[in-house]
Amino acid sequence: MTADVKEAAETAVTDYILAQETKDQLRFLTCGSVDDGKSTLIGRLLFDTKLIFEDQLAALERDSRKHGTVGEDIDLALLVDGLEAEREQGITIDVAYRFFATDKRKFIVADTPGHEQYTRNMATGASTADLAVLLVDARNGLLVQTRRHAFIASLLGIRHVVLAINKIDLVEYSQSRFDEIRKEFEVFANGFDFETLQAIPMSARFGDNVTARGQHMDWYAGPTLLEHLETVEVGEHALEAPFRFPVQWVNRPNLDFRGYSGTIASGRVSVGDELVVAGPAKMSRVKTIVGAGGEVPEAAAGEAVTITLEDEIDISRGDLLSTTAHRPDVADQFAAHVIWMSDEPLLPGRPYLLKIGTRTVTATVSEIKHKINVNTFEHVAGKTLELNEIAFCNFALSSAVPFDPYEANRSTGSFILIDRMSNATVGAGMIWFALRRASNIHWQALDVDKGARSEKLGQKPAVLWFTGLSGSGKSTIASIVEKKLHIDGRHTYTLDGDNVRHGLNKDLGFTDVDRVENIRRVGEVARLFTDAGLITLVSFISPFQSERQLARDLMGEGEFIEVFVDTPIEICRQRDPKGLYAKADRGEIKNFTGIDSPYEAPQTPEVHLKNVDREPEDIAEEVIAYLHERGFLGS
Amino acid sequence: MNMQSHGITPERLSNLKRLEAESIHIIREVAAEFSNPVMLYSIGKDSGVMLHLAMKAFYPSKPPFPLLHVDTTWKFRDMIQFRDDTAKRLGLDLLIYTNPEGVQKNINPFDHGSSVHTHIMKTEALKQALDKYGFDAAFGGARRDEEKSRAKERMFSFRNASHGWDPKNQRPELWNLYNARVAKGESIRAFPLSNWTELDIWQYILTENIPMVPLYLAAMRPVVERDGMLIMVDDDRMKLKPGEIIREKRVRFRTLGCYPLTGAIESDADTLPAIVREMLVARTSERQGRLIDKDESASMEKKKREGYF
Repeated sequence: MTADVKEAAETAVTDYILAQETKDQLRFLTCGSVDDGKSTLIGRLLFDTKLIFEDQLAALERDSRKHGTVGEDIDLALLVDGLEAEREQGITIDVAYRFFATDKRKFIVADTPGHEQYTRNMATGASTADLAVLLVDARNGLLVQTRRHAFIASLLGIRHVVLAINKIDLVEYSQSRFDEIRKEFEVFANGFDFETLQAIPMSARFGDNVTARGQHMDWYAGPTLLEHLETVEVGEHALEAPFRFPVQWVNRPNLDFRGYSGTIASGRVSVGDELVVAGPAKMSRVKTIVGAGGEVPEAAAGEAVTITLEDEIDISRGDLLSTTAHRPDVADQFAAHVIWMSDEPLLPGRPYLLKIGTRTVTATVSEIKHKINVNTFEHVAGKTLELNEIAFCNFALSSAVPFDPYEANRSTGSFILIDRMSNATVGAGMIWFALRRASNIHWQALDVDKGARSEKLGQKPAVLWFTGLSGSGKSTIASIVEKKLHIDGRHTYTLDGDNVRHGLNKDLGFTDVDRVENIRRVGEVARLFTDAGLITLVSFISPFQSERQLARDLMGEGEFIEVFVDTPIEICRQRDPKGLYAKADRGEIKNFTGIDSPYEAPQTPEVHLKNVDREPEDIAEEVIAYLHERGFLGS
Repeated sequence: MNMQSHGITPERLSNLKRLEAESIHIIREVAAEFSNPVMLYSIGKDSGVMLHLAMKAFYPSKPPFPLLHVDTTWKFRDMIQFRDDTAKRLGLDLLIYTNPEGVQKNINPFDHGSSVHTHIMKTEALKQALDKYGFDAAFGGARRDEEKSRAKERMFSFRNASHGWDPKNQRPELWNLYNARVAKGESIRAFPLSNWTELDIWQYILTENIPMVPLYLAAMRPVVERDGMLIMVDDDRMKLKPGEIIREKRVRFRTLGCYPLTGAIESDADTLPAIVREMLVARTSERQGRLIDKDESASMEKKKREGYF
């Protein structure tokens, strides 16, 4: 090579490398047994991508020197045999990590072979994976293990799945066979929370649809496995979730600098943001953020940073910094799914160490609610938990810890259990929700009671619970009702769904757990107002019968008045006062009632308001009439 | 920075940023959870990257642990120079340990072979050093892509009181929750670079401008051909065998260890980009240049069980 050519080649490589700086990373796991061709598939991916990579680089070479990438004989089977030999020697019954890269992404593959320890190994691999590739032998179709893999992937929070229908060559590259398996899986996977599900017919052995298309399946128009892995969008959840920052290490080089080092678990943070220490609820503002490359104005999920605050407050390792707008739960009891990973069974009542984020506390399982059969998903009773078993348990902790439900946050909702004697990691858990024991709260006996108060106000307290679709006219009608009552000299208060979310419930999101908590809090507040003798108007979509029942159960006999604002969805959609239906149709809002989340209409509401071609004034009058009839408005 | 879009949300961390953050997380976790950690510093490029990450992890503080170099007395002179310069430049504590019995018995790679030499001067010496200072955690720069038995290595790899590794009985590692509990005498080897590949390492060195031992770059060096490898004659302790001739060749090293055990490759790559270019098109796996792994099959797993890094 001449000096010129060499320099040009080096410049090209430097440019290429620097361009790679923005290369993305995808972590995935492959599930399937030897018979499904998993080793062949991994071998194929590792081998083919290396060839592609080298071809690209060869193209960068100005002197067109050949690098012998073609024709040089590397046997794919050898690579695969290596993996299998390892297994036969009994060396690997565990998780191995393998790596390959393309121009667009670097891939980290968690390879979890072996059957005996499958649940434990797969859970380990899945815990850090963005995506799961489920292998199916086209000849056998879906097996019990396919279902098990899908279940564990879902339990560990994997939202992206590839159904690799392998050995398609052995069923004559049959489209109908592919469609049959794909449809069966789609029906089955409906119950899981997968965001993307891509079925791909492939032959790992011959390479069809792994990295290249092949010539046998013109009928398949979808991506190859590699194309899909390169382009599938994953991992935005952590960025979109509220800011969470488990403090790992207090950085104090001198008296002038006090920083809190850690990895941002979710969300983003900017200089000037108000943060709160979950639990003690001490607040301050972000003064500086030191990232890996120096001071930065903002940082986001996944980054390892050091944060300094405006105020000197006492923060140490194990504390969780969070946004003030959406705070985590803080509780010493919660319910969680647990995967047991030890030969010694889990025993309720036995103390274990529980590590969540950067905090370690002592914890006991207070109750095994049920075990889950990973093959049938049936709930079964159990007193203990054996190796590789999964159960739903109640936990009691030595002190309250901050956390989020795993569904909402994989980082702040996960924990490991450590045996205090052996120090072994014996279990892994995913928090479902906080448990609050009403029995721990002692009511103050009061002399001035509800009866005394309502008598003085000259009215019978009640809760008017307006339920109906978004845009059905609940708030409009409730507002008119309140005005009429006010003019009539009644004492009232309105709890509006949207307004409450700005204040009392601003820390709640829209997960099922949060929605229940939302209703619970509003119900409790309504109950207190009832106790104060007020007529409380609640305007909430409250789509689920069970939620409304929960609120009803909080009130005294006859005090809960369910008002069903019955407006057909077509009309709600036409009105769409907040543009929400349009957003939901575009997929920008998930779990939107009436679109992709059901509305369970009340079967026997106290007041049933049909809101079609009528004036809100007239409808409101119906409610007032009901209250008069039932004696709520006294004299 | 020029953000490329591949239909991927640009806000997602890039591969290198994600690796960097993960490594920093692990380094901080070790510093926070263990009472007496140490960072093994072998002077090579992986060690260089690990040290660079440690500096970032605690900035503006210094890393709250010392560096330890297990000196077999057979390292390249350039390595020793670079080691001392680096510790001075960064203002870090550097511990140097050599197995005194090995020195007394004059254990060397020429008379005793690579296997015995490595065992006594490296594996045993490391164990002695860890015991002497009572370290309960030691960072190593090993990567999972280096070698098959590394692929299943944990980030926090548990070692019993005699420094042994039991590959069949490893602690499961989920999320980024690492179990740092050890009993007295037991320890953890922590591998913050587990998920880096050789390409990632070079990319990072290039983008972060991390100083490296010049031996990685091609230069004219005196070498002899022995057992099919090019061995550099780094000092006069190397005795020539009959028929061996010292030749000046343009060579460089892909990995660095004891000079009598480390094969050079002929190369023109005298800049970092040239190395990367050469590496990308090279097929030979990285440790092929090291005699130690050739001695016996599955040697790495065996060594690791015995306490090698």
